[in-house]
Amino acid sequence: MMLHTQTIHELRARLRRGELSAREVTQAVLDRIAGLDGKIKAYNWLNADDALTQAEAIDRAGSAKDGKPLAGVPIAIKDLINVKGQPCTCASKILRGYIAPYDAFVIGQLRRAGAILLGRTNMDEFAMGSSTENSSWGVTRNPWDLERIPGGSSGGSAAAVAADEAIAALGSDTGGSIRQPAALCGCVGLKPTYGRVSRYGLVAFASSLDQIGPLTKDVEDCAVLLGVLAGHDVKDSTSVAQAVPNYTQSLGKGVKGLRVGMPKEYFIAGMDREVEAAVRGAIQKLQSLGAEVVELSLPHTEYAVAVYYLIATAEASANLARFDGVRYGLRVDGDDPIEMYLRTRGAGFGPEVKRRIILGTYALSAGYYDAYYLRAQKARTLIRRDFEKAFEKCDVIVTPTSPTAAFKVGEKADDPLQMYLSDVFTLSVNLAGICGVSIPCGFTTNPKLPIGLQILGKSFGEETILRAAHAYEQAMDWHKQRPTL
Amino acid sequence: MPQKPIGIDIRYVSYLARLQLTKAEAAQFSAQLKDILKAVEKLNELDVTNVEPTAHAVPLTNVLRKDEVQPSIASADVMRNAPQQARGLFIVPKIVEQG
Amino acid sequence: MQYETVIGLEVHVQVKTASKMFCGCAVDFGAPPNTQVCPVCLGYPGSLPVMNEEAVRKTVLAGLMLGCDIARLSKWDRKNYFYPDMPKNYQISQYDLPLCRGGVVDIKLDDGETRRIRLTRIHLEEDVAKNSHFETTSGVDFNRAGLPLMEIVSEPDLHSPDEAFAYLTALKEILVSGGVSDCDMEKGQLRCDCNVSVRPAGQKELGAKVEIKNMNTISGVRRALAYEVPRQIAALEKGEKISQETRRWDDAPGVTSVMRVKEYAHDYRYFPEPDLVPVSVTDGMLAGIQKLLPELPEAKRERFVKQYGLPEYDAGVLVADMALAAYYEQAVIRSKNPKAVSNWVMTELLGKLAEAKQTITHCPIAPQQLAELVALIDGGQISGKIGKDVFAEMFASGKSPSLIVKEKGLMQVSDTAAIEAFVDEAIASNPKSVADFKAGNQAAINFLKGHVMKLSHGKVNPRLVGEILLSKLRSS
Repeated sequence: MMLHTQTIHELRARLRRGELSAREVTQAVLDRIAGLDGKIKAYNWLNADDALTQAEAIDRAGSAKDGKPLAGVPIAIKDLINVKGQPCTCASKILRGYIAPYDAFVIGQLRRAGAILLGRTNMDEFAMGSSTENSSWGVTRNPWDLERIPGGSSGGSAAAVAADEAIAALGSDTGGSIRQPAALCGCVGLKPTYGRVSRYGLVAFASSLDQIGPLTKDVEDCAVLLGVLAGHDVKDSTSVAQAVPNYTQSLGKGVKGLRVGMPKEYFIAGMDREVEAAVRGAIQKLQSLGAEVVELSLPHTEYAVAVYYLIATAEASANLARFDGVRYGLRVDGDDPIEMYLRTRGAGFGPEVKRRIILGTYALSAGYYDAYYLRAQKARTLIRRDFEKAFEKCDVIVTPTSPTAAFKVGEKADDPLQMYLSDVFTLSVNLAGICGVSIPCGFTTNPKLPIGLQILGKSFGEETILRAAHAYEQAMDWHKQRPTL
Repeated sequence: MPQKPIGIDIRYVSYLARLQLTKAEAAQFSAQLKDILKAVEKLNELDVTNVEPTAHAVPLTNVLRKDEVQPSIASADVMRNAPQQARGLFIVPKIVEQG
Repeated sequence: MQYETVIGLEVHVQVKTASKMFCGCAVDFGAPPNTQVCPVCLGYPGSLPVMNEEAVRKTVLAGLMLGCDIARLSKWDRKNYFYPDMPKNYQISQYDLPLCRGGVVDIKLDDGETRRIRLTRIHLEEDVAKNSHFETTSGVDFNRAGLPLMEIVSEPDLHSPDEAFAYLTALKEILVSGGVSDCDMEKGQLRCDCNVSVRPAGQKELGAKVEIKNMNTISGVRRALAYEVPRQIAALEKGEKISQETRRWDDAPGVTSVMRVKEYAHDYRYFPEPDLVPVSVTDGMLAGIQKLLPELPEAKRERFVKQYGLPEYDAGVLVADMALAAYYEQAVIRSKNPKAVSNWVMTELLGKLAEAKQTITHCPIAPQQLAELVALIDGGQISGKIGKDVFAEMFASGKSPSLIVKEKGLMQVSDTAAIEAFVDEAIASNPKSVADFKAGNQAAINFLKGHVMKLSHGKVNPRLVGEILLSKLRSS
């Protein structure tokens, strides 16, 4: 039995019964990584001894038998979540050498649940990108086709899960960075409602858009992991004190009578034909399972890219100002502090990060604030209202996650604007603050590349989207397919 | 609504952001950002009169904490990350008095 | 040509709290560098701010004490600029929706005239770190980073260095009385920047505004302005133009000098802070804070004059220190002679405390004991002179005056027969003084009195001595 191919729920049962030890499971995953990651490059940092030490402690304490929800399960962490004593590079040269002096809130949640903190996964630098090509440590490869990108910015996490190099992983999502790589790698990825999961310890990209979320092999695992991550945190003023439901209880309830919205703006020309066919096929399947399809409109969809790239870059320009060589990270010296800042930041940031900082700084600068940043925040209200109105008519909204399947490494590197436009289906969700999950719904034919279905729910509607996702998943077997590696 | 001319003064903005760019970067970014800004101009089509900006993503107010001392982090953990330190201070190139 | 001076003051006050504005680090002054720090106030990646409720409460309290309009909805903004003392290279502050707007500070000038100085606004923000400078490097201590600061901005309503001094003194008094801040300038808890311009009398437009920084005491502010105003006037008289600039005051040489001119003016790129939510001051909150309003110093002074019949001078001295005022009131409850109590407090008590380098809060004499002492003197049980000795003993031992008088047998002699005996003896021993007195030298009686005091070890009631002496001398 190949332990590394198992899911959380499969392993949990056996760990609880004492059939398996945490050490065995962890060793199996470590062996998989050792044999494969040379090709995939999902990991930036991995300390095998540390992982095994954690596993042994879990076994000694009998945490799995005690019923801790993730006891003995190795989980990979995206390299922008602080874990005390570990580096946290955000795939950037500017954080080389930084050792985190504290745990992020979600890491505390994982530790309390008995999870094994596996290594740190690759990503686009400071979460800015949709392909993981913007990493300072090199690109991660899509397990389904090593010539292609895994998506981004949580590309390393998605690739690790798809390649069984982790049982599950944490990612972060600001404009689609969990959902899009999940779609491109054929796994499940969920962005919680803004405020559902604490951001304390998550290196900030866009403060009003960021959320940490799970990447898993199936929907049940997603429900389990979300349940561990979610919850109020006094250290995050934007964390909402709403009770965390038992997400696994929403599973298996089927979709009879569920109203499924299909926004016409998400089914436009320019989408890959196979992607569109797969998504439409999935919607038909939901119908056959008893769901009711409702056509609707999200009229401000076409403005989402512009709104996102003004607000996210503006917030990022301020969030990244702290990287200056004074207190941590890279320093390139100068004759005075200004020169030190210029040189440190010039050497430490990659081109995409610099581009966004410049755009964001410009959008906030004197004379431009009203025309750009302020206007974008007003347009954001209109986008939010679109969803509020839509959810009066439906329970969930389904769309493709990405207009295309995974593209080749280097294919879009020279055209940042093209890259931005490919985020069109995922961006609005962050702007509106609602929740969304991507699940596999098919493959392209030549080559065989995963296609993702995105299911959106209203604020704190995770139970509903998990319910719909589970019903569809269990009626198909996409989630059982694995890349040949 | 009065429009300013499209085009970023890369030299000024990158200085504001304390980002040193090579000549090549400055030229490349200038061109790329011009395209991006053109795409962003789309927002001018929208009528946003009387629309409130989404200043906050959650409808909360008054998230306050009690005025109590919590433990600080150990000096060792703080200083271990310092690129340059002396006498317990973070050392930087000499600051010449600015206004 | 006559010139008018226009001064506006921007005061930064450290709000008195146990922890920092957005994190739980301690705020103690003088701790070893970088020991009161955490990921939040160090600007570590992934850290987030959380508001200190006491800092907000005290700022609203200050606003109420200063007659401001308290904002029902107030929010936070990021003020973006790079500097080594900035942990995040943006400061969390308040831009367009501060906690308080308007407000006034009434000042009293030396000639007795009162003026009302208007405030523009009060807002909360986080303090920056502390820089030290060495030969080729600078060092940064982040203990101070994140302390809660109230920024109080006045309208340009001040017209002289003396007015500025009076304004700062009054403002400090109010804030200290409310427990909002200790305003200790030596600890950096109160910092002041001035904006000063001059214009020909009668001219409507303001002259070019010069910002002055680096004054470390309230008198320093007055000195700096007293230098700067004539400097500007002299320049204008010479036909020179005053440029809008920032100047640094150096107390030792006593001059202002231009600070390095910046290449670019700061573009702070203010935008709403996404990591914090707004503050909504409800009626309930306001009512709760209003209960904390102390009696303002001016009101207390007036009450002391009215209620205790004290002269303004006394009221001024007693109210200058809130703890002293409280001590006085506790003493006076048990006394029929508020003026006497005031005299003892102002002269003997403050004197002894200064000598012993003690504050009123650690005074060895309890307020009721002081009242008792006054009662003993007024009742004739001891003389005023003996009273001073008793007082000294009270201060040294903490014992009550009655106990001391009993133990030392200091009861004043008021028995006329006993006094007559002493007087007779004094008269008999000093024929020359008696003769001088009878010859018309009134002052000679004092020598005789003194002798009586000596004979009785100071224990006789001096008034009675005087009466009996006079009557005996006149009748003989």
